[in-house]
Amino acid sequence: MTTQLLRTASAGELAGRLLAGDRLALTRLISAVEAGRDDAREAMRCLFARTGRAHVVGITGPPGCGKSTLTTRLALEYRARGQTVGIVAVDPTSPYTGGAILGDRVRMMELHSDPGVFMRSMATRGVMGGLARSTLDVVLLLDAFGKEVVIIETVGVGQDEVEIARAADTTLVVGVPNLGDDIQAIKAGILEIADILVVNKADVAGADRLVADLRTMLQLGPERPWPTPILQTVATAGTGVRDLVERIGEHRLYLEHSHTWHLRRADSARRQVRAIVEDRVQRRLEQLTSGADWEARFAQIAAREQDPYTVAEEVLREVAHHG
Amino acid sequence: MAERHPLRVLIAKPGLDGHDRGAKIIARALRDAGYEVIYTGIRQTPEMIAEAALQEDVDAIGLSILSGAHMTLFPRILDELRKRGLDDVTVWAGGIIPAADAPKLREMGIRAIFGPGSPTSETIEFLRQMNDEEPAGQPVAVKR
Repeated sequence: MTTQLLRTASAGELAGRLLAGDRLALTRLISAVEAGRDDAREAMRCLFARTGRAHVVGITGPPGCGKSTLTTRLALEYRARGQTVGIVAVDPTSPYTGGAILGDRVRMMELHSDPGVFMRSMATRGVMGGLARSTLDVVLLLDAFGKEVVIIETVGVGQDEVEIARAADTTLVVGVPNLGDDIQAIKAGILEIADILVVNKADVAGADRLVADLRTMLQLGPERPWPTPILQTVATAGTGVRDLVERIGEHRLYLEHSHTWHLRRADSARRQVRAIVEDRVQRRLEQLTSGADWEARFAQIAAREQDPYTVAEEVLREVAHHG
Repeated sequence: MAERHPLRVLIAKPGLDGHDRGAKIIARALRDAGYEVIYTGIRQTPEMIAEAALQEDVDAIGLSILSGAHMTLFPRILDELRKRGLDDVTVWAGGIIPAADAPKLREMGIRAIFGPGSPTSETIEFLRQMNDEEPAGQPVAVKR
């Protein structure tokens, strides 16, 4: 019926059902978007004008730093303030089997019976950078559905998975004490994308040291209009979460008042347009150049009977003319 | 553009028993078979399981139960699924379930039951079949 719901309902109807608060339409549209279906694209087109209101908060950090627990606590705090919450939690796909275990719900049990929260797990399906290919679209769907805050939790990242900063309005980088000498886990790239630095597990010995190291590191960097705050939390106990929510709110105000909000969103729109085109061209390319005929042609190229440049030119013309 | 993508499966432990070894083993086996497995942890209420199934839009749900409460909990889970319009999700069970209960459970809509010692390959084979067959009027996991 997953297919039927989409086959029988027009994209407009599905989008309408989503806007009317139908969670089944929401969840099935998310799946359709994830599968890259044409009708889902049509629905996204209808819904886009209804998006842009949610505050998108990204949470990233190394595996085991408490991202899921922190996400849960943030969601609870927003709910206590009367705001509705969407969550997208990304976990890695096995490069060997294509399978994945999506286990973030285990740490989000307190949210499961709250109708004001919609939480979706996504597997990366082979995409690097900490997010899945359609994470942005899923965020837009939750936004259109009316979620006021959408939290994206990335896969456990290492040092250069910075995609989240392009998807979120406010990016939290979470570190924990004792992960390596100094701040191995959150140096260079990942430190730079932080709008707010969170030292989680702040009750563990070594937390003060990490805070001091981070502070030094920030001071070495260029002066910024939004000085990156460093906050300490103990997510398991909820300590520091209220402050964190306050700071996230302040960051949004800063974005709005400094016009950065629009700049960031325009930047993200640029990337989105390019990503959509890339995605479609890539799919088309795979379609165009598969099959026995093409295997034969590739063999001819390998045997130097044809050259790859001429063949590529031909394919390009085909893509350009027929999309 | 119909293309293959991984099926999504929810592995859930309803009720009060906290023994999740079996659930974790099957979750791992399904991952290795190429499924996206949503694992929810122990002590789930029927509402929580149905909610997770809705939000994650799963194709199938595996219920692991050792507590003996299956005759009470399973109908409630199926009920909660129906309430949410999820009649098309394949539900199967594993754990300690007396053979005498099996016919009733099947009648309720539990599509398969795997007892202790069942090789994980049986579950994988079952899900493959569910995904391939599409008999009229029969709610089965749907290829997307």
